[in-house]
Amino acid sequence: MVRDVVLIAAKDLRLEWRSRVGAGQVLPFALLCVLLFAFALDVDRGVLQQATAGLFWVVVLFAAVLVVQRSFSVEASDGVIDALRLSGLSPAAVYLGKVAAITVELLALEAVLWLAVAVLYDTTLGGWGLLVGTVLLATVGTAAAGATYGVVGLRLRGAETLLPLLLLPLLAPVLIGATAASDIALGRSAGPGWPWAALLGMFCVVYLLLGSVLFRPLMEDS
Amino acid sequence: MSTTGYIAAAWFGTFAAVAAYAAWIIRRSRRAAALVPEEDQRWM
Amino acid sequence: MSVIAPPPPTIRPTTSSRATRVLGVLSIVGIVALAVFGLFITPPDAELGETIRILYMHVPTVSAAYVAFVVTAVASVAYLWKRTEFWDLLAASSAEIGVLFFALTIFNGMLWGKITWGVFWRWEPRLTTTTVLFLTYLGYLAVRRIPATVSTRATVSAVIGILAVVNIPITHKAVDWWRGLHQEKTIFGTVDPEMQGTQLFTAYLGLTVFLLLFLWLLIHRFRLAWLSERAEERVLDRAIADRRAESVEEAP
Repeated sequence: MVRDVVLIAAKDLRLEWRSRVGAGQVLPFALLCVLLFAFALDVDRGVLQQATAGLFWVVVLFAAVLVVQRSFSVEASDGVIDALRLSGLSPAAVYLGKVAAITVELLALEAVLWLAVAVLYDTTLGGWGLLVGTVLLATVGTAAAGATYGVVGLRLRGAETLLPLLLLPLLAPVLIGATAASDIALGRSAGPGWPWAALLGMFCVVYLLLGSVLFRPLMEDS
Repeated sequence: MSTTGYIAAAWFGTFAAVAAYAAWIIRRSRRAAALVPEEDQRWM
Repeated sequence: MSVIAPPPPTIRPTTSSRATRVLGVLSIVGIVALAVFGLFITPPDAELGETIRILYMHVPTVSAAYVAFVVTAVASVAYLWKRTEFWDLLAASSAEIGVLFFALTIFNGMLWGKITWGVFWRWEPRLTTTTVLFLTYLGYLAVRRIPATVSTRATVSAVIGILAVVNIPITHKAVDWWRGLHQEKTIFGTVDPEMQGTQLFTAYLGLTVFLLLFLWLLIHRFRLAWLSERAEERVLDRAIADRRAESVEEAP
């Protein structure tokens, strides 16, 4: 099982490494968003600094939609999904492999994005324990929900435009939790950060479990 | 608008929407039922 | 006008049956009673004043919507288990009514806010949660409109129906904490404990009426969904038959 998960994740990451869609398209888009927010919000009145964490996570969610789309569009061509189904890999393993690959890609993107935000929005990063924990949990949660909806887009042709509508309301708790926890980590607001981390953790567990179970009917039905 | 006006709008709006929805269902089902033989309409 | 209407068919095609007619009559009587109690008989609330009259609508619509989404989720699980058309169509019908009730909840809530806060919108936790969930279920309905084979559409929507209902408590918790520091007069919470007499009766009457209304709409909506599927099959069958006939004629 673990071997199968690693197999799928490695396949996706190798594919990503060769095509550079994430690095060449999604990452520049995310950086563009950072720039656009600066245009939209007054840069001289400290609005950006105050909203750093929230803006950061909004960008991550937008990027996540693209990463999820990409992760499943590579399966759409030439009946790869049928090959996966016939390969004997358990659907749960395929699902977890996809989640792992999306998580790794998003984490790489977030690392660059934090640097960009630190420089461009004049933010001092800190509160490392909470910040890293938040980033990990929020990213896994996003990937867990995203991978489930990604396969939905794969089964329904024409559902690509629907993915943001399906995914983003579901990720609203992640945005709320991740923003609040990051704000606390960066010292922008007071209060204990662990309840927010716990909320994110619960989200991860719930959606990882549901995704593992529901991936089978999604893949097998045809 | 007065308080009474908002309250009236809430009540009227709600039931008008439900009535419109019900009318829409009934009109569409009349049209669909005309295409379907009676043995498929088991509730009749 | 010289156009003569065709004679009415012997049985008018409808989706009603004796059960739904009884339900329908009960709902209408209930609505009238609710209006009389909610708008005229009950006294204004000590704390909420006249605005409590909106709550007699607001609370039942949101409760009926949650019932609808639980029905959708249960039917979705049942579909993945039994794989029958019945559960799929039930899930779809219930979700559509839930979305309607959610829209009405938001509408009522905004009017209540206009009176109480002076503005249509404040980030009150209940209203915010309702709006997020409303959008979630709009996504569910949008998925159902994408052309696909019957079984694919049913499977995908069942999965989304389950994920969406799981999201309800998580969104509730998150939004509550998000607004935790900003306690303001909310639609819920201030009323329930002290409600007495006709106010309490009216609150329960509202719940009953909207649950009856939900049931009545659900049965009709389900039958419509069923009829639409049958009608689509017949159109398809006829098209295939026509195509066959053509190819037979074309054959030498």
